Parts: sequence; C-alpha cells; structure tokens
Amino acid sequence: MAIRRAMSGRIMDRTAVVGARYMSSWWRSVQPAPKDPILGVTEAFLADQSPDKVNVGVGAYRDDNGKPVVLECVREAERRIAGNLNMEYLPMGGSVKMVEETLKLAYGENSELIKEKRIAAVQALSGTGACRLFADFQKRFCPDSQIYIPVPTWANHHNIWRDAQVPQKTYHYYHPESKGLDFAAMIDDIKNAPNGSFFLLHACAHNPTGVDPSEEQWREISHHIKAKGHFAFFDMAYQGFASGDPEKDAKAIRIFLEDGHHIGIAQSYAKNMGLYGQRVGCLSVLCEDEKQAVAVKSQLQQLARPMYSNPPVHGAVIVSTILSDPDLKKQWLKEVKVMADRIIGMRTALRGNLEKLGSPLSWQHITNQIGMFCYSGLTPEQVDRLTNEFHIYMTRNGRISMAGVTTGNVKYLANAIHEVTK
Amino acid sequence: MRPEFASPSSSSSSSADRRLNALVRHLATASMVSQTAVAFSPTSGFHGDSVFSHVVRAPEDPILGVTVAYNKDPSPVKLNLGVGAYRTEEGKPLVLNVVRKAEQMLLNDKSRVKEYLPIVGIAEFNKLSAKLIFGADSPAIRENRVTTVQCLSGTGSLRVGAEFLARHYHQKTIYIPQPTWGNHPKVFTLAGLSVKTYRYYDPTTRGMNFQGLLEDLGSAPSGSIVLLHACAHNPTGVDPTLQQWEQIRQLMRSKALLPFFDSAYQGFASGNLDEDAQSIRMFVADGGECFVAQSYAKNMGLYGERVGALSVVCRAANVASKVESQLKLVIRPMFSNPPIHGASIVVTILKDSNMFNEWTIELKAMADRIISMRKQLFDALRARGTPGDWSHIIKQIGMFTFTGLNSKQVEFMTREYHIYMTSDGRISMAGLSSKTVPHLADAIHAAVTRMS
Repeated sequence: MAIRRAMSGRIMDRTAVVGARYMSSWWRSVQPAPKDPILGVTEAFLADQSPDKVNVGVGAYRDDNGKPVVLECVREAERRIAGNLNMEYLPMGGSVKMVEETLKLAYGENSELIKEKRIAAVQALSGTGACRLFADFQKRFCPDSQIYIPVPTWANHHNIWRDAQVPQKTYHYYHPESKGLDFAAMIDDIKNAPNGSFFLLHACAHNPTGVDPSEEQWREISHHIKAKGHFAFFDMAYQGFASGDPEKDAKAIRIFLEDGHHIGIAQSYAKNMGLYGQRVGCLSVLCEDEKQAVAVKSQLQQLARPMYSNPPVHGAVIVSTILSDPDLKKQWLKEVKVMADRIIGMRTALRGNLEKLGSPLSWQHITNQIGMFCYSGLTPEQVDRLTNEFHIYMTRNGRISMAGVTTGNVKYLANAIHEVTK
Repeated sequence: MRPEFASPSSSSSSSADRRLNALVRHLATASMVSQTAVAFSPTSGFHGDSVFSHVVRAPEDPILGVTVAYNKDPSPVKLNLGVGAYRTEEGKPLVLNVVRKAEQMLLNDKSRVKEYLPIVGIAEFNKLSAKLIFGADSPAIRENRVTTVQCLSGTGSLRVGAEFLARHYHQKTIYIPQPTWGNHPKVFTLAGLSVKTYRYYDPTTRGMNFQGLLEDLGSAPSGSIVLLHACAHNPTGVDPTLQQWEQIRQLMRSKALLPFFDSAYQGFASGNLDEDAQSIRMFVADGGECFVAQSYAKNMGLYGERVGALSVVCRAANVASKVESQLKLVIRPMFSNPPIHGASIVVTILKDSNMFNEWTIELKAMADRIISMRKQLFDALRARGTPGDWSHIIKQIGMFTFTGLNSKQVEFMTREYHIYMTSDGRISMAGLSSKTVPHLADAIHAAVTRMS
C-alpha cells in the first residue's frame, strides 16, 4: 500500500505526465473488424428477446428440446477423471493415448499404416487448430504450393490458409441448380490444377452444403487426384454424424488410402463427442515410412510450440478414457447414432411440412443432403426476412443447421420458409 | 534422388543463410517437378513419393528435452531441475486444493455444458483476469480502456498479441531481453515480427546490466515494441528494483516504446499477487498503452489446461473495442475459440472471495517453499566452502536460479551426479526438496572445484 502511494506520488512528476499526455493511441487507425459470419449469428440470437426465436445458425447439436447435450459417456469419463489427475503439461504433440485412438477412427481399427508407424500425428485445437497447423506446415515445407478449396466451404477455411500465407484457389463443388454436386466441373478443376497442388476435401457431411460425393464419385476423384500427383487433405469434422456410423463416414478416406495416397487429415471431436469448447482434435500426415513420420511429427511440434506450447489436457483425457474403454466406446457409438438419427428425422419432418404447405419449390435436397447442415437455397434477402420477421437465425448463405430444428419448432420454421419463398 | 537439407525456416537471419534457403527452395521445386514429370502420367501408376520427404527431423526442444533425458536415467538419485513446473517437498506435481474444489463444483453442476465459448473466451474470466493483473481499482478498467481476451496460457497470449502487432502496428521489431525464455524468439518470429535483443543480465555480477539495458532501449527506434518480464525473470531470476522500473518506464515513454509484458509468475515472485504486478501497474498508471500476456499455468497450477489472457490497454474505450474486434480475426483462424475447462476453474476461484483467499494462501506456500529452498542451497554451499559468491541464489527471484555454471560443468553434473538442468545453468528451484538439496550442493561443489 505504502509503496503504491509513493509510486503514484512519483507519477505526478511533470515529465512523466507530459510524456503520456502527448502520446496518442497507437491503435487509432485500427478499423473495427467485421463480425464473424457464423459465430456472429449466435451473438445476435442471444440478444433477441422474442419467445419464438429459433437458432439454426452454428453447427452445434441440440436435443429435441433445443438444449445442448453433454453425452452420457462424456459425463461418465469426467466422473472417472475428476480428482484423479494432475494437470501437468502434455508433450508438445499432445496426449499419445488420445492420438492413438483417434488414428484408429480415421485409418481403421487394425490399420497396417498405424502398425507400421507411418503416420505423423499430433493433438490439435479441434478441427480449426488441426487445419491451421497443417496450413503452417504446408507453407514451411512446400512454400511454393497452393491450396484448392471447394466452393462453397466453411468460411473459416479461407481465413486459416490466408493467415498461413498459403495462396488459395477454388474448385467447383456445389451445383446450385440441382442443389447437388457439380461433379464434372470438379473433376475438370482437379485435372486442370498444376501437378502437385494441394486439395482440401470434406471427408463427409460437407459444410455448408451437406452434399457429399457418392462412393463411385469418390473413387473417380481419387483416381484423378492421383494422376496429377495432388496432395489430398481431408477435413473430417463430422465423422459419425453423416450416416450415424463412423466407419461408413470414413469411407472416402479409406478409398484414398487403398489407392496409395499420402494424405493429411484434420479430425475434430467437437460435434461427434459434443466436446465443442474443449477444443480437442488431431492432425495426421501419412508418410512413406516411420523415419519420415518421426521427422514430420517433430516439425509439426516445432509449429505448435510457438503457438501454444502444448495442447489442453482435459478434453484429450475425456476422449482417451472413452475410446480406450470398450463399454464406454460402445456407449459413445450409440449416442452418436441417436444424434445422427434425430437430424435425419428432422430433415424428413422439415421437407414434409414444406410439401404439406403446398410450396411450389422442390425441397428434395433437404433429405438428399447429409450431416448437420442443409443448404436451403434461400437468398441472403430471404434469410434477412426470416431473421427480421420471424426471429429465425441462420447464416446468410442459407445454411440451416438441422441440429437446431426440433419437433417443437419445425412447423414454425417450415411456415416461415414458405412465407419468404412462395 | 532426394537431397537432404535443412528446413527453410525463418529462424536464421544471416544473408548467407537466406541465400542458401532460397537455393534450397528452388532445388525442392525442381526435384518435385522432375518426379512429377516421370511418375504422374495416368498409366505409370503411383510410386508413393511423399511431398514431405525432404522434411528433416527437428532438434529436441532444449527445455522439454531435459525431462526426456531425465526419464531415461535409471539412477535412484536423479534430480530433475529442468522445466519450470512446481513440485512438492516429496517431488510430486501439485494440484491446489482450491483447484480440486473448483473442479468438483463444476462437475456437480449438471447445468454446465461444453458449448463453444465466444471467440474471446469467457467474459467473466476476462474481466477477473484484468482485475487480477491491473488491480480492481485500475483507472484503465474503470474507463473501459482495456480489452482482454482468453488465450492458451502465456504462449498463446504472446502469440495472439504479436500477430495483432505484426498486422496493425507501425513498428515490426520487438526487443527481447538477453537472455530470455527460449520460446520467446520463435513466438515473435512466427507471428511476423523481427526480433532484436537488449542487454539485461550481467554474468560477472549475476545481476542486472542496467546501464546496458538503458543504452539499448535508449537507442531503439521510436515506437519499437519491448518485451518485459513483469516479475521473476525467466531464466535469470533477476528483476529490476522499483526504482529501476520507474527509470525504464520514463525512458520507454519518452521514446514511445510499446511495452509488452509477459506475466507468467504473478504471486510466485514475492508470494504477493499485488506486489508482483507493480511493474505493470506503474506503466498503466501513467495513462499509456501496453500489452500484457498472463498465464495461470504456474500460479494456479493449471499447466496443461492452457489458461491465460491477453490484455491490451488503450488510451480510449472505443479504441479498445476496435482492437478486440481485430484480435478476434487473429484468433478465429488459429483455434476459433479457447478451451473452456481451465478458464472455468479460474472463474470459480477468482469470483468467490473465500476461494480466492484460499488460493492466495496456497500460492504463498508454494512461493515460500521455493524461497526456503534457495536459503537451504545457499547455506549448504557455504557449509561446504564451495568457492565463489553464491549470494545470487538468495537474491534471484521466482522459480529459477541462474547458477552461473557453464555448459561443461552442467554436463559434468548430469554425468556424475544425475542432475538434469538446462545447459545454460538454469535450475528450477521448484524441483528441489530438503532431502535433495545436499545432493545438489555436492554436485555443484564438485563441478566448481573439478571443472572450470
């Protein structure tokens, strides 16, 4: 106390005050940044006082009461963990146990590649962190490369590779007229890209469109990517959410592995284990051999160290507790299927309601599309009307998060969509 | 034919290295292209060449590598004095009682969910963290001139702050003290700043080279960023006195140098949270701007939970709000939003006055144990008549002692006495106990008398 008074006495010294007064802010020229198009939606929703408000913005699962869900297997894992663990630093590459279990999900329970230790893998900050680490790694070790990103894609993909200073190009993906895949144009873009380009692929449940290639189409995509020597990087944020079966949802990745690609994968537990805010994920890079995997992993760690030193432990321990216990893992698989099935049910309900209202438009795409999102085809103006007149919140690209639809609000939602589109 | 060469990283700055790196990049591209031309016609099949085959293995992290080596050693008397993580008298990691309590409360609260936090993290966490470091009565807080965002511990806070500066600040050079935490230069370089050093530590006195510091900061270009360790300098344990801090402040403000504080040990230096924040509060009191990276890794023992905060003190409230919006643009493509668990523990503790008091008591106990280890080691060396002046052991502050031992002596101590420490002679006092002090004193005595 005495010290502080003495100090403030000294602060009244003229020179100090004068110096401070003539300094203007360094940040006067800083422009206010635009709101994040996705996360800004929830902010607006929370601020809305209307009792009818509906949030179909951000891709976070809700139960049929519109409430967020903590999986039972997660609660059980936390009960086992609490009070038993210290909070020491993880290694830079994160929890070895968690990474091991995570690779099995993507590459296969009995994958030879895992046994041969050919996969360089580190725990990452959910899907975002995994993509960013890869983008930084790509920049450092293939500095002349560029990334091809589908149109459309999750908005943050563009930010990630931009901040990593990797030049971006786009490839055709969504076909607005059919509300399906623009397959021919996508293949053309793969063929026309310079040899050795990097391609970002959504492993399943494409965000925001929900449009996935069929198995045959994936085989062709794999063939053409191989022919051009491109690098395939998979963002898998919804394993388990697309079909309800994680093995099925990894099909595209398994096809590429069979075909001999050396892929990279970003995996996230945000949605399929409901661990959103825990920021748990994994980045893996398949290498030629164990020696190279060791080298690549060490370099990934060199990128993580100056970003956050080592990843957070809590979420990782939840994951490894669940996946390494056969009963808990079984329970998890059940709970994932419940979530996926509820979403599939809501797709059917929304489409059914719109058709019942006699909408002149086709709403087939609602049930054709896969995963958490429906690319409704609504225009930004129609979305604005939904928000302003009906208190319905979604991103302006017309993406509806089906997880936010419930038996309680599906009629209201269908009505509103019908109103703005009839 | 795949040439092995060093990664084209940005850490070396000599022009020869730059030319070499440029050449290396051309070679990489050329070899990729030739492989492509040969291997990638549709009929030739896939030869399984990785585009990352040129990647070489990175060296072990010098600090974390110490623990790796320690773990391999079978000796029953081995001692790990490497990484700065607190240990009890029994040599065990410590989870504070108040942290366990908070954990249990969170677990029992069935209404808690694991949803995404906002990009800037938990609002209450940010407010409480700002209060903790700037003081509850800070004018900057009262006037809404501070923006605080939750980040991944100290490292993450430094990185986010540095990325913001690289984008929005007119000066892209940061001055860091010589020596400093090994990870500092990498954090700033990768963020896009260029790194210079200022004199700080005097090996002959094992204290501050204050003249050198004033000269180097005095000759820095106006507006340059300056990294300051708020207290308990890592690795030296040498802190400026309050008078010296005042001189630093005046010099920096007269040259419009921007302070970037790294506060990783608040409460650990003196045992008192407010005292350890004096340097920062001095700067804030003059109305000027600064950056502060805060970590809860050590003082709340939350290490692996990665809890920290970046605060930017601005001259006006509307500026603070604009700065926050731009910080979000740095964070979103890096990790989207921060981890919830550790920050929730911090909020639980800081907002409850009983738990807060409990915390300050446990924190003081940790700091006191370290201070007692310092005294014991100093006494042990005196009792052995070890040549040299070892008073720096009790003068230095915080978790570390910069012993002054050279790398040969360190190597000797590892080989003959199974003592693990970083090669710069830094020991983590937190790794010592009353039982192990004699062993360390023997090792230092032997090193000093048998190796120079």
